[in-house]
Amino acid sequence: MFAGENGPQEDPRLKAISDAIRVVPHFPKPGIMFQDITTLLLDHKAFKDTVDIFVDRYRDMGVSVVAGVEARGFMFGPSIALAIGAKFVPLRKPRKLPGEKIFEAYELEYGTDCLEMHIGAVKPGERAIVIDDLVATGGTLSAAIRLLERVGAEVVECACVIGLPEVKASPSITAAATLAMRKVLIH
Amino acid sequence: MSAYRDKDPRIHGIQTTIRVVPNFPKQGIMFQDITTLLLDPKAFKDTIDLFVERYKDKNISVVAGIEARGFIFGPPIALAIGAKFVPLRKPRKLPGEVISEQYELEYGRDCLQMHVGAVEPGERALVVDDLIATGGTLCAAMKLLEQVGAEVVECACVIEVPDLKGRERLNGKPLYVLVESH
Repeated sequence: MFAGENGPQEDPRLKAISDAIRVVPHFPKPGIMFQDITTLLLDHKAFKDTVDIFVDRYRDMGVSVVAGVEARGFMFGPSIALAIGAKFVPLRKPRKLPGEKIFEAYELEYGTDCLEMHIGAVKPGERAIVIDDLVATGGTLSAAIRLLERVGAEVVECACVIGLPEVKASPSITAAATLAMRKVLIH
Repeated sequence: MSAYRDKDPRIHGIQTTIRVVPNFPKQGIMFQDITTLLLDPKAFKDTIDLFVERYKDKNISVVAGIEARGFIFGPPIALAIGAKFVPLRKPRKLPGEVISEQYELEYGRDCLQMHVGAVEPGERALVVDDLIATGGTLCAAMKLLEQVGAEVVECACVIEVPDLKGRERLNGKPLYVLVESH
C-alpha cells in the first residue's frame, strides 16, 4: 500500500519528501541505485512531515510497540514512538544487544544475516509496528515480524519511507509477511 | 555539566530505567544498557525533553548522532529544535562522498565518517551519543564537524562514566550529561 497511490487525494507533503531523497548510483555495488535518506534528514520540514504522516496513521491504532530495524530504522522509529506514546524496541545485528535475546536469520542475495531482539522487551498481545527506511525484498522485515510474533505480539503493519515495488519479494518471505500491509510513503 | 547534579526531578526516573549488564561485551565491563529506558515512554520522553529544553534557544542548526545509539536520541532532539540530523557512521555505510576521522580503541583503531556537504561552515552543532566513556568517539565526531568549519557548541550524552575521564578528551568543549555511572 502506497501513500502516493491515492491520486488527487495524495498528501501534499509527499512530493517534498520524495524530492529530498537522493539516489546514489552503484552503491554498495555496480547496478544498485541506492536510495539515500540522509538528505531527507537534512531537510527539517520534510523529515518532520515524514514522521507526522506515520504518527497520524498510527496514533489511534492502539500500537504500544514501535520496532526499528538497525540502523536506519533507528532514525525514524523513536520519534514515532515518542509521539504515539509507544515504547521503542531496537532490532539489531548480532552481538550488539547486551541482554538475553532471540534471533531470526534471513536471506541475503549471497548468504544469510541475522536480526536480534531483547527478551522481555515486548509482551504477548502487544500491538506493534515495524519501521525501516526502505523495503526491497522484504527479507529483513519478515525476520522482524517473526521476532515479534514469536513473543506473542501482533504486527499491525510494517512502515517504510520507501518501497521498491519492482524488486520481487524473495520466496522465503512467509505468508504472514506478505499479508501484513506494507505502508510506504513513496513509489 | 550534568542534569544529575542539577537534580531535575525527571532524572531519577531516567536513571532507574537504565539497566546495567555485567561482563558485556567482555569480562569486567559493566555495560550501561539504554534499551530499557526506551521501553518506558515517560522516561524516554523526559530524556529528550531535557536536551530539547537546553538547546532549543541556542541557534543549533545541526544535531550529529553517532552510530548507532546516537541515532535513537539525536533525531527526536533535531526535530524538536528545528535542526537537521546528520548521522556519523562506521566506514562504508554512507553512500555518498565522505570525510573520515580515525580514533583509537583499546586495541586498534576505528573510523567515523560524515557526508560531504551535510554541514556548512559556520553552522552550530551538537554531537549526541548515548554514553561517553573514554571520549575517543566523541572526539572524532567533533573533529569531523570542525573539518568542515562547523562550531561544536556542546556534546550531549545520556550517560557519563566519569572514571574514564572522557570529559577531558574533548579539547575544552563542554559536555552535558543526564546521569553519571560510577
